[in-house]
Amino acid sequence: MATICAHKRVAHLSASVRPVIEFRDVGKAYPDGTVALRSLSLTAREGQITVLVGPSGCGKTTTLRMVNRMVDPTSGQVLLDGADVGGRDPAALRRGIGYVIQNAGLFPHRTVLDNVATVPVLLGRSRREARTTAAELLERVGLDPRVGSRYPAQLSGGQQQRVGVARALAGDAPVLLMDEPFSAVDPVVRADLQDELLRLQSDLGRTILFVTHDIDEAIRLGDMVAVLRVGGTLAQFAHPAELLSSPADDFVAEFVGRDRGYRRLQFLGAGELTLTDLPTGPDDGEGGWVLVLDDDRRPVTWRHDGQDVAVGSLYRADGGSLRGALDAALSSPSGRGVAVDGDGRLLGGIDAEAVIALLHRSSDPAGAAR
Amino acid sequence: MLTRIVAWFAAPAQWSSSTGIPARLAEHLGYTALAVLVAAVIAVPIGAWIGHTGRGRLVVVGIANGLRSLPELGVLVLFVLLIGLGLLPVVLALMLLAIPPLLAGTYSGVAGVDPAAVDAARGMGMTERQILLEVELPNALPLIVAGLRTATLQVVATATIAAYVSLGGLGRYIVDGQAQRDFAQMAGGAILVAVLAIVLELALQALGRAVAPGRPGDRAARRVAAFLAARGSDRSSDPDRSSGPDPSSGPDVVPVPAPSGRTAP
Amino acid sequence: MRLFGEDILPLAAEHVVLAVVPVLIGLVISLVLGWWAWRVPAVRRVLVPLTGVLYTIPSLALFVVMPLILGTRILDPLNVAAALVLYAVALLVRTVVDGLDEVPDDVMTAAVAMGYRPGGLLVGVQLPLAVPVLIGGLRVATVSSFSLVAVGAIIGQGALGALFTQGFERFYTAQIVFGLVSIVVLALIFDALWVLVGRLLAPWTRAARGPGRSAAEDDATVGARV
Ligand SMILES: Nc1ncnc2c1ncn2[C@@H]1O[C@H](COP(=O)(O)OP(=O)(O)OP(=O)(O)O)[C@@H](O)[C@H]1O
Ligand SMILES: [Mg+2]
Repeated sequence: MATICAHKRVAHLSASVRPVIEFRDVGKAYPDGTVALRSLSLTAREGQITVLVGPSGCGKTTTLRMVNRMVDPTSGQVLLDGADVGGRDPAALRRGIGYVIQNAGLFPHRTVLDNVATVPVLLGRSRREARTTAAELLERVGLDPRVGSRYPAQLSGGQQQRVGVARALAGDAPVLLMDEPFSAVDPVVRADLQDELLRLQSDLGRTILFVTHDIDEAIRLGDMVAVLRVGGTLAQFAHPAELLSSPADDFVAEFVGRDRGYRRLQFLGAGELTLTDLPTGPDDGEGGWVLVLDDDRRPVTWRHDGQDVAVGSLYRADGGSLRGALDAALSSPSGRGVAVDGDGRLLGGIDAEAVIALLHRSSDPAGAAR
Repeated sequence: MLTRIVAWFAAPAQWSSSTGIPARLAEHLGYTALAVLVAAVIAVPIGAWIGHTGRGRLVVVGIANGLRSLPELGVLVLFVLLIGLGLLPVVLALMLLAIPPLLAGTYSGVAGVDPAAVDAARGMGMTERQILLEVELPNALPLIVAGLRTATLQVVATATIAAYVSLGGLGRYIVDGQAQRDFAQMAGGAILVAVLAIVLELALQALGRAVAPGRPGDRAARRVAAFLAARGSDRSSDPDRSSGPDPSSGPDVVPVPAPSGRTAP
Repeated sequence: MRLFGEDILPLAAEHVVLAVVPVLIGLVISLVLGWWAWRVPAVRRVLVPLTGVLYTIPSLALFVVMPLILGTRILDPLNVAAALVLYAVALLVRTVVDGLDEVPDDVMTAAVAMGYRPGGLLVGVQLPLAVPVLIGGLRVATVSSFSLVAVGAIIGQGALGALFTQGFERFYTAQIVFGLVSIVVLALIFDALWVLVGRLLAPWTRAARGPGRSAAEDDATVGARV
C-alpha cells in the first residue's frame, strides 16, 4: 500500500510546486527563556505532506503553532500564501486552517456531528447546512454516519481521531496542521489511519504540515521530511528516500535508525528484476516444492510432500518496490518468492540473490530514486 | 459601636471569671472535640469498610446527603426535647451532624485509591486487613482529613447554636446579648466564634497538606492512619514507628496554633 | 393554612425565597469573580483561599456581624439574606474556578485552533463543560442555604425556623418534627430541581459516564456545610 503511494507521490515532487507555508529565519524564545527554535527556514508546498520529525522538545509543536498564530515568532517571518501571518486576525486565520491534535480534543458536550460542524458554524453557515457537510465528511473519513448522533465519549480512540480529522477538513481549509495525530492509538489502528490519510490526500490534495516523533510514520506519509534537532535547527530536509540513502550527518543517520538500508528498499523500483520459472505441474517438482494454481493461473498454495503450505506474501509487479520483492522471497516457504500481475496471475519466481544483485546496481550514486 | 465592642473585650472580668472568654472557649472546644471524636470512632471504620468492600455505597451517599440537609437548629432542639436539657442531647446532635462528612470523606478516600495499587498489594500477598491499613488508608488520608475539617467546622458552628438550648460555649455571648439587647456582647461573641473557626480551618488545612501522600509528611500520614484505624495493630515492625521521633521530619510536625488566650492583668 | 398557631404557607414561601434567591445572586457574582480568578493567577491565589476562610465562619456569628458591615439594624431581614449571599459566593467562586479548570487542555487547544474568540469560547465551550461541576456546587449551596435560614430564628429572622424556637419554648415536639420535615422536603425539592437542570444542560454527561455519580458530585458530599 505505502509503496504504491510512494511512487504516486514522486510524480508531483518538484521545486516548481507553489510554496504555501514558508518559514523564514524563524526563531522563538519563550518568556521563561527557553529557546524552542533558533532560526528555521522551511517551505511546505501545495498539495504535499511535509513532515516535521525530531526528538521530544525539539520545537515541532512550536513550529506548527506558528502557522495559525497559537504561537508568535520572536524573530523571522511565517508566510502563508506569500503573506506574513503576523498581520492576520488570529481567530479569522485559524478558521481557515485545519488543526488535528494527539487526543483529538473533541468537544465532549457536543455530538460527533456538531463537533464536525463547528468551524462551518463559526464561519457563519447555517447549522443545517453545516450538519449536512459534516455528515458527508464522516463518511469520507471512513465512519458510519450513524455515529454522528453519538457523543465523543461513546467512540473508540481510533474513531475519535477520525472525527478529529473530519472536523479539521470541515472548514474546507486548504492547509492542515497535524500534531502527532495518530500517536495515541495502537499500532494497528495507527496504520489504518495512516492509510486513510493517504487515501484522503490523494482525493483532496491539501497542503499538510504533519508533526511526528516516529520516523517510520514520517517516511510512510511524507512527500518531504524535515528532521529537527533539539533547539529547533534543521538537520536535513529531503525526500524520505534520500533521507534513508544519504543521511546528512550522524544525527540524522542515528535518528533514521539501524535498519534504514532495508527500509530504503521501499523507495527502489523493482522493474528490472529478472523472474525465474516456478514448478507448477505435478511433474516438475524440484526439491519437492510445487506451486498450485487455480484455473486463472492465480497461486493457491505451495505443496510439499503432499502437504499444503501457505504461499506467504505475494509480490505484485505493477508498482512494486524492491522491499516487496525481497520480502516475497524471504517469506516464501520454498525459498522462492512469487510474483503476480495486477490481476493476481502468476508472472514468475523471485530469488533473493536476484534482488540483491539489482540492489547493487541501483545503489551506485546515480541509482537512487528521485 | 466599635468602641463598645472593644470595651467589652477589655473588661477584666472577661478574662478571669467562670463565664469569661477562656472558660467559654474551653467549653466550646470541649464540646467540639468530644462530638468529633465520637463521630470519627463511628464513621471512619464504617466508611473504610464500605470503601474497601464497595458494598453499601448507595447507603452512604444516601445517608450523607439526607443528614446534610437536616437543619441543625431543629436537630438540636428536638434532641433536647426528647432527652432533656444537658450535655448528652447536645453532644448527640453535634455527633449526628459530624458523621456525614467523616463518612463521605473516608468512604471516597478509600474507594478512590488507585485500583492498580490495591491489585499490586493483593498480588504481593497482603491480607485484606493489610491492604486496608497499609495501602488504602494512608492514601485516603487527605480526604479523611478533609472530612474531619468539614465535620469540625460544622460542629463548631452548631456548638454556637447550642447556647440557645442553655449550654455554655462562645454562643452564650450571642444568645445572652440578644436577650439583654447588648449588641456589643453579641458582636464580641460572634467575632470570637469566627476567629476560632478560622484558626481551626487553617490548622486542619495544614494537617491535610502534611498527610498528602508522596510529600515529606507521608510518615505522619501513616502514623495518623494507624492511629485512626488501627490502634494496637501489628505495625510494630514498621521502621518508622520503632525508630521513635525522627528529628529530620520537619514537615511532620503539624503546627496547631492555639487561640491566644491572654491572661488577665 | 394554620398549623401550630402559624400561617404555614407564607412562612414556607418566605423560607424558599430567603434560601434560594441569595444562591442565585451568589451564582452571578461567582461567575464573574471565578472567571477573573481563573484568568489571573494572582487573583486566584488571593480569592480562593479567602472565600475558603469566609465559608468557615459559623452562620450565627455571620448573621450577628452583618450589621457591622452593612450598617443595617440587627433585626433587619437583609442581614440573613446578605450573609447567605456571602456563603453562596464563598462556595461557588471555588466551584466556578474548578469547573473552568475541568475543561481539558486538548479541548481548549482545539477550540482556540478552530478560531474561537474568548467570549465564544466561554459561552460555547467552557461554561457548558463546567455545568456538572457548577451543578454540584449549586446543590450543596442550596441545600445548606435551607438549613442556614432556620438558624436566623435565633435572632428573630428564621422563616420556618420559627417552628423550632416556638416548639422549644412550648416543649412541643410535633411542631419541631414538622419543621424539620418541611425544611428537609423543601431542600430536597430544590436539590432535585438542580439535578434536573443539570440533565437538561449537560445531556452528554450521562452518555459519557454511564450509570453512577460523577466525581464532582462525590466531592460535593465531602465539602458539605450545613
Ligand atoms: N509555553 C511554553 N513556555 C515555555 N517553554 C515552552 C513552552 N512551550 C514549549 N516550550 C519549550 O520549548 C521547547 C520546544 O517545545 P515543543 O512543544 O515545540 O517541542 P516538541 O518538539 O513538540 O516536543 P514533543 O515531541 O515532546 O511534543 C521545549 O523545550 C519546551 O519545553
Ligand atoms: Mg509536541
